[in-house]
Amino acid sequence: MSQPAQILLAGLSPSDPDDWRLKNYEQREGYVALRKILSEKIPPEKIIEEVKKSALRGRGGAGFPTGLKWSFMPKQYEGDKYLVCNSDEGEPGTFKDRDIMRHNPHMLIEGMLIGAYAMGIRAGYNYVHGEIWDVYERMEEAVDEARAAGYLGDNILGSDFSFQLYNHHGYGAYICGEETALLESLEGKKGQPRFKPPFPASFGLYGKPTTINNTETFAAVPWIIRHGGDKFLQLGKPNNGGTKIFSVSGHVNKPGNYEVPLGTPFATLLEMAGGMRGGRKLKGCIPGGSSMPVLPGDVMMQTDMDYDSIAKAGSFLGSGAVIIMDDTTCMVRALERLSYFYYEESCGQCTPCREGTGWLYRIVHRIETGKGRLEDLDLLNNLADNIQGRTICALGDAAAMPVRAMIQHFRDEFAYHVEHKKCLV
Amino acid sequence: MINFEIDGKPVSVPKNGTVMDGANQLGIYIPHFCYHKKLSIAANCRMCLVQVEKAPKPLPACATPAMEGMKVFTHSGQAVTAQKGVMEFLLINHPLDCPICDQGGECQLQDLAVGYGASSSRYTEAKRVVANKNLGPLISTDMTRCIHCTRCVRFGQEIAGIMELGMAGRGEHAEILAFVGKTVDSELSGNVIDLCPVGALVSKPFRYSARTWELSRRKSISPHCGLGSNLIVQIKQNRVMRVLPRENEEINECWLSDKDRFSYEGLNSEERLTRPMIKQGGVWQECDWQTALEFVANGLKDVKEKYGAESIGALGSAHSTLEELYLLQKLARGLGSASVDHRVRQSDFRADSQMQGAPWLGMPIAEISQLKSLLVIGSTLRKDHPLLAHRIRHAVKHGAQLNVINPIDDDLLTKVRNRAIVAPDKMVSMLAEVLKAVAELKGVEIPDDAKNALSTVSASDTAHAMAASLNDNKPAAVFIGNLAQHHPRYADICKLAQHIAQISDARFGVLGEAANSVGAYIADAIPFGNRNADTAGGRHGGQGANASQMLGMDDPASETGCKAYILLNLEPELDSYNPQRAVKALAAADLVVMMSAYKSHAAIQENYADVLLPIAPFTETSGTFISTEGRVQSFNGVVAPLGETRPAWKVLRVLGNILQLDGFDYETSEQVRADVLPAGNDVSAWLNNSLGSLAVSPIEAGKENKGSEGLQRIGEVPIYQADLIVRRAESLQRTRDAAAPLAWMPGSLMMQLGLRTDEVIRLKQGEGEVRMPVAQDDSLPANCIRVVSAHPSTAALGGMFDQITVEKS
Repeated sequence: MSQPAQILLAGLSPSDPDDWRLKNYEQREGYVALRKILSEKIPPEKIIEEVKKSALRGRGGAGFPTGLKWSFMPKQYEGDKYLVCNSDEGEPGTFKDRDIMRHNPHMLIEGMLIGAYAMGIRAGYNYVHGEIWDVYERMEEAVDEARAAGYLGDNILGSDFSFQLYNHHGYGAYICGEETALLESLEGKKGQPRFKPPFPASFGLYGKPTTINNTETFAAVPWIIRHGGDKFLQLGKPNNGGTKIFSVSGHVNKPGNYEVPLGTPFATLLEMAGGMRGGRKLKGCIPGGSSMPVLPGDVMMQTDMDYDSIAKAGSFLGSGAVIIMDDTTCMVRALERLSYFYYEESCGQCTPCREGTGWLYRIVHRIETGKGRLEDLDLLNNLADNIQGRTICALGDAAAMPVRAMIQHFRDEFAYHVEHKKCLV
Repeated sequence: MINFEIDGKPVSVPKNGTVMDGANQLGIYIPHFCYHKKLSIAANCRMCLVQVEKAPKPLPACATPAMEGMKVFTHSGQAVTAQKGVMEFLLINHPLDCPICDQGGECQLQDLAVGYGASSSRYTEAKRVVANKNLGPLISTDMTRCIHCTRCVRFGQEIAGIMELGMAGRGEHAEILAFVGKTVDSELSGNVIDLCPVGALVSKPFRYSARTWELSRRKSISPHCGLGSNLIVQIKQNRVMRVLPRENEEINECWLSDKDRFSYEGLNSEERLTRPMIKQGGVWQECDWQTALEFVANGLKDVKEKYGAESIGALGSAHSTLEELYLLQKLARGLGSASVDHRVRQSDFRADSQMQGAPWLGMPIAEISQLKSLLVIGSTLRKDHPLLAHRIRHAVKHGAQLNVINPIDDDLLTKVRNRAIVAPDKMVSMLAEVLKAVAELKGVEIPDDAKNALSTVSASDTAHAMAASLNDNKPAAVFIGNLAQHHPRYADICKLAQHIAQISDARFGVLGEAANSVGAYIADAIPFGNRNADTAGGRHGGQGANASQMLGMDDPASETGCKAYILLNLEPELDSYNPQRAVKALAAADLVVMMSAYKSHAAIQENYADVLLPIAPFTETSGTFISTEGRVQSFNGVVAPLGETRPAWKVLRVLGNILQLDGFDYETSEQVRADVLPAGNDVSAWLNNSLGSLAVSPIEAGKENKGSEGLQRIGEVPIYQADLIVRRAESLQRTRDAAAPLAWMPGSLMMQLGLRTDEVIRLKQGEGEVRMPVAQDDSLPANCIRVVSAHPSTAALGGMFDQITVEKS
């Protein structure tokens, strides 16, 4: 099997403890893109143009085109604008951003620098998930290195471009990964999503225009500038430019992060992850993190790993967390665990999510513990309908989608559980 | 304007308007809980989800901006399904204990559940239970009923100005609570009871006393602060059970201060006087009205014969109605005495001869919200005028600059641009500095009547900043607060403030201390004719003694006190500038007639009164208050008078008949009002804050007329001691604002006197002394002690801003 093209994890040797350091990054063409921009005085709109061309889409889960998002920032704005990196990676099954920050922190810093340059921003924050403290400390060291080397601060590399970057760590609340809850938390308030509109591009951090991107999104930017948007696009497929890290977990032989071009067949990714554990049959797969709909194994084996293909198959690429479940998995138990997560992580602000997630969990828990009723399955679907699309943020959707997909694809197994008060498997 | 359509009806709203705004305009009701027109948009209850054409999912009407050409459907299948879905979620953990819930019958959740709830529940799991919280003596909690709309939280942050409630915890564990160990102490706290759409926050005093549908709703007007808040008084079986705000956007909006809301408890107090009482041979006895009134009439006649008519003094309260005060002065003047006054807490009457009309706010209340700069002089603003303070906070939030000259530095819960916290005897010189600064800024001469006084004054940076603030930001206003009105140099303060306002082109206002402060002037409850000069002398004949002279507060050496007093709705030991001397003067009189709704302790125990006539409080009589903005508001009694209580206007009318005075043939209070206000409710001709050619007294740096040596007392009126009713409102008396008074002083003074916090000291003024613990407040000016007046524990002391001495006990 040939090694597919890599961008984010390219050239890394995880066994080398200094691999993340500035000098090592510079040996991997680090900060070349930034130097090129500053020395050639490339106009900001050219950079946004290049990012648009690359078809880079948001890697945090929603897949929004990055270049388009950057172009929303008001150009002639008097006063502060902010750049925020969402490194609050909390979606169950997702562990890509922490590896980027742990092994390639300068790539993120350079990506943010380029974004800041393109949007005329002078200050940025990197909000790191609270439960990966070592990664926060790594980022702190990396920012110190970059600052000492003149890549961050005032008059970067002697130019008139200045950018201050601060790391900030959360305390592990899943909801703070929602971008407006993240902003609230960053402002020192309780992490609760804001109602949109207004969107962060007009009313963001401290009420100022703000652009928020995911860690992996920023990290892809230096390569795009070095090699051009077209080249990045060509790595993937139309509308799905570049490579993507998939965090493969569950019943595989070699769980871990795998960077492959978008459009790579799922079967290839599964093979890279060492195939199914014990050679068992793939029963189901959640292709984009725990909030995305589960797909049955046979559907999954026919699907390519890119935004459009997975959407066509009935799920979403999301954050790229691929959760593999073999035929020993009890889908009721799996859903119970997922529902518990959303019940526990709901911020409690709006009614459908605060009240609905607990109800969902309690019903699934009842079924799992042998106290289910057949009408519970329709009730679950109906409650999911009443939550999805009715909440302030997407956490409601995230709680509802797994329920519906599980019942849609594995209804018989739920019914068996209700009737026989035990697992099918 | 943005044009769009709701349920097929065209509507247009201003830019930034929402779907809800459009619906409100069209009169289309969209169910909601968290939305409130006076609070920020939270969009958290999700009850107002509506269908919007081309939107993939239902959107909350409260938060969705109106867009040109948008088509909204509030009752379509999609909208109603969404609304019903939300209602089901709201009800699953709600206890549904409506039969024992005080909110029952006026509950938004209950009402909307009829329209959007199912008849049975699909929820079979265990319900959530949330522990109740102690929020203080006014607000009772049943937190299991809470639907997390956060109206109470937003009210604190946005209206009350202090966040005392918040939502802690996440998801199902989210709950509304106060800070650990703290209660809700804002003087506006009761509004969260109205705001709460369910029975989570209900009134503690009202709890379990009636079902809401048993209550009649009657309109009334608040008798407390000068705002004239509009009330709904709710009664059951001739008893006032509860008071709610009656919305009036120009006055109280939809709010009420806690004083307005909860003081009704005082109406049902055990201390109510229900039969006339006469003191005979030192023993108090109940009697009938006939006996009491004849006793009074004979007593007055005797005094008149013996000492002359001018030895009769009539003192009223600005918490009384226009009709009552008018008849009080008519009675006194009919007897031949012009010694009539209502300004018992005022100590400086030098301006009387120069007054051009009734002092008033100088502008409509609602316009305070639009001010861009203010100077507030001598005021415990939040406690004296809770809703005016809210208006000012609103103005500051929208860019106004607040400047303060005050002897105390209480937190106004808003940004203060410039503050001068100075001892009471430095307030005049501070104002002189501002006048100097503003005159320099405008390049005008100091007005003649202030020229001499200002010759030695030079303006400080703060004074310059205040002058610039008033001058550069329009509209601007200069307000004189209650402390300044009680100040021993009120006339100078008034004159200087008037000049500052005039030169800087700002409005000039006097904040009305009581509900009828303006009305009391218009009713002529003053010892000089306030009406235009032609009629003043002719109608009322001459100049009488003012409150200070009548009560011997003016000059302790002279024997100026009256021989007979008629006291209307007053407790002089709490309501006067110098209670010590007031009580002494009363005790020396031959006759003290006390018209009051209460058996006043002091009157009976200190034996200064001779007869007590039970008069009706505002809920038991018709009458009129003229608010500080000059708004005439008449009201009817809402319940029948308690026992043998009678409306004071009727009592005065009969007294006039018995005394055979002319013009006491009124059948109704409306006839009395017609006499006071012959031209109807427009009183603008009477409103005027200007003083004529009053010369400002010399300002010697650091040395002023009164209280310049030794320690100065700062004796403000505590919020829940201001009038007779509120003093007897039990729940309010348990709030933090009603806590036992302390002797507040700066740490420097404590050190100088060798005092420790909590040490009990002896405070002396004149012949009286009280004991009180020391408390430290470093924001107080040097050599000042803040000891409240109007409180039983300080009634033995002297003047509110006079010298005071401290001794270790």
